[in-house]
Amino acid sequence: MSVAPTEPETRLRLNGRDVSVTADPQMPLLYALRDVLGLRATRFGCGEGSCGACTVLMDGKPITSCDLPLSAVAGRAIETVEGLHAAQPNHPLLAALVDLQAAQCGYCLPGIIATARSLCARRPAPDGPEIRSALSGHLCRCGTHVRILNAVERAVAACAESAS
Amino acid sequence: MSLPIPLAAAPLISDWISLSEPGCLDLRTGRVELGQGNLTALLQIAADELDLDPEQIRITGADTSLTPNEGFTSGSLSIAQGGMAIRLAASAARHLLLAEAATLLQCRPDELALARGTVEREGRAQPLTLWTLAETASFATPIVDWAAPKPPEARRVAGRPLPRIDLAERLTGTPFVHDLAPEGLLHGRAIHPPRMAAGEVSIDLEALRARPGVVAVLRDGAFLGLAAETEFAAVRAAQWAAARARWPAPGPAPSDPVVAIRESDEPLEVVHEAGDIALLSGLSSQCLTVTRPYLSHGSIGPSAALALWQDDVLEVWTHSQGVFPLRSALADVFGLAQEAISVHHRPGAGCYGHNGADDVALDAALIARAVPGRPVKVIWSRADEFQCAPLGPGMATTARAWLDTENRITGMEVTAASPPHGNRPGRNGAPNLRAAAYLAKPFPIPRSADVPLANGGGAERNAVPGYAIPNLRIAKRLVHGLPFRTSSLRSLGGFTNVLAIEALMDEIANDLGESPAVFRLRHLDDPRACAVIEAVVAAAGDPFAKPRPEGTGWGLGYARYKNSAAWCAVLLELEIEDEPRVTRVFAALDGGEIINPDGAINQTEGGILQAISWTLKEQVRFEADRVATASWLDYPILRFDEVPEISVRLIAHPFEPPLGCAEAAQGPTAAAVANALRDALGVRLNDLPLNRDAIIRALA
Ligand code: FES
Ligand code: FES
Repeated sequence: MSVAPTEPETRLRLNGRDVSVTADPQMPLLYALRDVLGLRATRFGCGEGSCGACTVLMDGKPITSCDLPLSAVAGRAIETVEGLHAAQPNHPLLAALVDLQAAQCGYCLPGIIATARSLCARRPAPDGPEIRSALSGHLCRCGTHVRILNAVERAVAACAESAS
Repeated sequence: MSLPIPLAAAPLISDWISLSEPGCLDLRTGRVELGQGNLTALLQIAADELDLDPEQIRITGADTSLTPNEGFTSGSLSIAQGGMAIRLAASAARHLLLAEAATLLQCRPDELALARGTVEREGRAQPLTLWTLAETASFATPIVDWAAPKPPEARRVAGRPLPRIDLAERLTGTPFVHDLAPEGLLHGRAIHPPRMAAGEVSIDLEALRARPGVVAVLRDGAFLGLAAETEFAAVRAAQWAAARARWPAPGPAPSDPVVAIRESDEPLEVVHEAGDIALLSGLSSQCLTVTRPYLSHGSIGPSAALALWQDDVLEVWTHSQGVFPLRSALADVFGLAQEAISVHHRPGAGCYGHNGADDVALDAALIARAVPGRPVKVIWSRADEFQCAPLGPGMATTARAWLDTENRITGMEVTAASPPHGNRPGRNGAPNLRAAAYLAKPFPIPRSADVPLANGGGAERNAVPGYAIPNLRIAKRLVHGLPFRTSSLRSLGGFTNVLAIEALMDEIANDLGESPAVFRLRHLDDPRACAVIEAVVAAAGDPFAKPRPEGTGWGLGYARYKNSAAWCAVLLELEIEDEPRVTRVFAALDGGEIINPDGAINQTEGGILQAISWTLKEQVRFEADRVATASWLDYPILRFDEVPEISVRLIAHPFEPPLGCAEAAQGPTAAAVANALRDALGVRLNDLPLNRDAIIRALA
């Protein structure tokens, strides 16, 4: 075994708290979240930015965390599904997904939830086709798309309503 | 009463149920939750028999140290077999405990009722509960001695939607194998040879061991594995090794395996015959051949497993469909007694059949053996998932029909050719685990006899048309010798066979100028088959009776899954713009007794979307004898901006037995898509995928 050189620190805001990660700055954010920080609800799907399973919010915008090195996250605000759940366990998005039973295996959903959160915050609220195109970077192999779209539309409408 | 199969190996109430924790009933099943909601449905069945609230029941899925052995969770049999076993077990527990209560209360058992676990007599709660009664009654009692399930009309929970018990955890929690992170965890990676040939991998092992973070490396024949302290270090070291490892040279391969399947001259095996088609040679006939390429299961989460060796005892956490068969296969490979291995199921992403779940468990166990006492988690890369997991085999099915003078189909011949669909662990007497095939002491994958007809058949699944046709000759041709590893993918041969039969039905209806719906109905004598077709035609407003706009088509597909499970009809609309796109889908499904209607609809919607994706878009590519498809960019699947509206209607028959439904839509959907494309285009395309390129080729 080779001795690892002392790893540098990366500071970021994670789910509303300041954290610092001691790890190779080349390490993709996804591995830092899952492996170093112990936040394992964000999922690995492809590691190449082509399935959306690893999506989190960076400064409020959805990004794939599997192909984003830690160095690119320094000083940024990252939000994962754990953060949403802790802050708002009854967020209209989570409520709608459960209400409409919008999952089969559910593996694709934490990533979809990140993108959908950004849609819930968008003003003016996105319409159906905009929601579809915003989610088109997410793959779901179980074929739960229709339910997920219905749930996201419902949540977007509820968020727009409560904001107005 | 004919007994559900699982009761043979687990005949006692105590095999399935215990009441050791007050307020909670522990229910054990040998089935696994694959994301299809079966554990929720099984819990509903038990809640009904015991008059418990669903929240009072805790269900444990397959685990070699805890639950009955129900083999594989496959073939849409969780409810039809596993559910019926639980219904009997739960009803036996009820009657055993009520008999005990009747003795204590000095009354007849039928004077007593249960409410949330409390015994009631004449509507008044008694000081007895299931839990107090269980202290003296023994559940080590044969289920058959006590089983007497409630009549269907008395059910309160089964037959109504119940939210999935595991859904919230899947959205925001960490229930997956991928998420396990016990103390001392190491991250393992196997570096997979491109083909499953025995031999030795050549690599500079010392240099690999010296890569950052690597704590162990392992070479065993062509198997190469490593363990590292962090996941990133493991991934990087594996990439480094993959670029340098060399394996034995490629073997022979056909330039196009689907053509090789279609043109194969391996022996034909007749699997079903009626009447005599030889007598029909004077009649007019129609024939077509459809092909599908090899397909990937394409799980969104790559296969993963955790393994731990301690004192020659192996423990494995896996999303395998069969923890008991996997244990046997591992016992073979490691030369251990079964008792030295325990295998626990944990959720994975949806698998849709036999994917890499079992293979990665062996990878993890091999690597973990090099670091005893430390748990090793292996997660395959996306490329591994495409290239190392078993594929759904390519297929070619030919269907020919003869018409009598009244334009009725009087004979049909269906010939299904494909590599085998059955290579699960333990089948054909071998472990059938990927790495086992190329260890220094190899366990080669034997020639597969395919899936037996008793299990619904493999290549020949649904090759017998569901129509009332007096003369039939149904045959299969198993194509061996192709270098690609194949196994079960949702609906097996049923997908292609239904496509072939239903495409032929459609062609003939077209030629006769008849509505495809009416033409099918006049060849059906099964009222439940007619009902699903009539339901979709009514729901869609009989589109065949109206002109369709240019570039738009409607198509119908029908089958009864395995000729013995759920009846399903799919009617859909397709538009051709840049690509063919399905815009609206109407489906009807008769699955007999439906335990969780919303779950059955969810499964059917999923089956429809997946089958549309298979039909329009998907195709595994090869380079010589290896899979070339490596990423989602090489393997497009249906996306959110391409999904149609879907309406699924369930036709419930609560007094009939429950029938598997999760795979019933695959074949009918493929057929409906192909038939709608024919309707829109005026030309029939028979070789999947039916994408833009296929249309351009057909019109050229
Ligand atoms: S895992 Fe990041 S996009 Fe697939
Ligand atoms: S629910 Fe399984 S991948 Fe989307």
